[in-house]
Amino acid sequence: MAERPETAAPRRRRHPLRPAWEEEPTPLGRTAKAVVLTLVVLAVAFPLYVVVLTSLSPQEAITRAGGLVTVPDGFTFAAYEEILSGGVVTRSVLVSTGLTLFGTLFSTTLTVLAAYGLSRRGSFAHRPLLFAVLLTFLFGPGLIPTYLTVQAFGLLDTYASLVLPTAVAAFNLVVMRSFFMSIPQELTDSARIDGAGEFRILTSLVLPLSKAVTAVIALFYGVGYWNAFFNAFLYLSTNDKWPLQLVLRTYVLEGIPIPGAGPIDSVAGGPLPTLAVKMAVVVLAVLPVLFVYPFVQRHFTKGVIIGAVKG
Amino acid sequence: MSKRALRRADRRRRLRRDWPLLLMVAPTILVLGAFHYLPLLGNVIAFQDYSPFVGILESPFVGFANFERLFGDPDFWRATGNTLGITAFQLVFFFPVPIMLALVINSLLSARLKLFIQSVVYLPHFFSWVLVITLFQQMLGGAGVVNNFLRTHDLGVVDLMTNPDTFILLVTAEGIWKDAGWGMIIFLAALSTVNADLYEAAAVDGANRWRRLWHVTLPALVPVIVLLLIMRLGDALSVGFEQFLLQRGAVGVDASEVLDTYVYYEGVVNGDFAYAGAAGLFKGVVGLLLVLGANKAAHLLGQQGVYSRS
Repeated sequence: MAERPETAAPRRRRHPLRPAWEEEPTPLGRTAKAVVLTLVVLAVAFPLYVVVLTSLSPQEAITRAGGLVTVPDGFTFAAYEEILSGGVVTRSVLVSTGLTLFGTLFSTTLTVLAAYGLSRRGSFAHRPLLFAVLLTFLFGPGLIPTYLTVQAFGLLDTYASLVLPTAVAAFNLVVMRSFFMSIPQELTDSARIDGAGEFRILTSLVLPLSKAVTAVIALFYGVGYWNAFFNAFLYLSTNDKWPLQLVLRTYVLEGIPIPGAGPIDSVAGGPLPTLAVKMAVVVLAVLPVLFVYPFVQRHFTKGVIIGAVKG
Repeated sequence: MSKRALRRADRRRRLRRDWPLLLMVAPTILVLGAFHYLPLLGNVIAFQDYSPFVGILESPFVGFANFERLFGDPDFWRATGNTLGITAFQLVFFFPVPIMLALVINSLLSARLKLFIQSVVYLPHFFSWVLVITLFQQMLGGAGVVNNFLRTHDLGVVDLMTNPDTFILLVTAEGIWKDAGWGMIIFLAALSTVNADLYEAAAVDGANRWRRLWHVTLPALVPVIVLLLIMRLGDALSVGFEQFLLQRGAVGVDASEVLDTYVYYEGVVNGDFAYAGAAGLFKGVVGLLLVLGANKAAHLLGQQGVYSRS
């Protein structure tokens, strides 16, 4: 948040005045609220602060602190150099990045196309098709049959198994569709009169109007792929193919070197990961989320509410 | 032309007009067909003596034998019990948190502060379970910040990450940390639609803060609360997979085995696909019945529910 320069004039109140009919809060109530909200913010911020700080601390500082570092005490990028110098972690970061970029593109494209395809009232067969999409909300096929299907398609241990089974989320589709339907029909009709085809209308007219929603949906998918654990855990048997979350689990949560991660692995079989290294992996897992989040965050409420209310 | 012929002609006309739209929906329908509806059919293995070597089509049907074995298995009932226990616990201790959080944040006058706190509390929703559990481990685990503090002040240690007795508290705390902020969005939206005149009128009529909360704010939230309760009830048998899978090793099977992990271990790990498929189907069907039942109940209470009757 940008600080506004202090001006000579008395500062204006930043919030509207309390309505006349509402009584002033009691000092006790005010304090309680402040304490609660401070604690809530700290509960989120403190763990992240400690993790980042520890990942940037030299080993001596970690030893001195007897574990995670809570007060700054020295500074080094050694842990990051170690994990990004071509070992398992580096590889998993690349896998996760590729999976996230490709998966997000794929899922968002499919969702946008289908949402637009289902957004015209009275179009051919849109009711049964929409119903088929919505039904996936209500009843899942279950873990075992899904696993057997992925197996039957020969997708076990392939990256496709991380993308295809969960490629389209009905919720996202419904949110998109609701937004598309809120675009005045006169607009698309006029384009149609000018001779634009459906695809043209979608790309030149509807999508530019839906940047915010598309960004939110893409973020949802992107975060999903970046956080992908379950599918990878279920379908991938080769450690070489592991995305970051699986490495995070084995390496950091369980604190064991990754066995048989192949010749590229410079860490497995070696010493146990140090705390700084572990925390550096954690930071890598959070970083992209923290990076993209601020840009998309302000659109959340709109996107989610459209989906929840109209869906 | 007869009515039917007219309708057929109309359908042909619409098909000719709308085929580009259908083409756009096609990839999604294909994906859903292949990875949702096809597996749905795959549930027949629950009634088979399924063998991966002969496949679904050739495996012999055995009726309800798998279910009989399932219902006679104490491990299955333990997993069901754990799942229902956690659902019930979370209904009481997790469910109200987003509502309370929304009420507090909604009462702030400063728009900027509101936005700041919202941004912070939404954030953990976007972290993976692995990350959340890792962070909890680093805070509360044996070598974590809390225990470190306790040790340096000679206060002993409490290991919250591996204690089966407090596991239910732990998973609820993790759930709150991760998703309470996110769950708040929908309540904030409901609160923002409340007509401010109602508050003023109530205040003029002499209603104090708490009465206004009770008579104006809460009624506005009731439809959302009912909706979310229904959805939660429909999910009563699924408390999430990753969270439990990841902590199963540390906490032990007795406390942390839920239906999802049970299905996974029986099926994928032990290779007993038909049996695990029966457990999964049981869970799915009961879940569906719960949603339909809860939705019906909501209608009887005069609420809208998840979907309307029409």
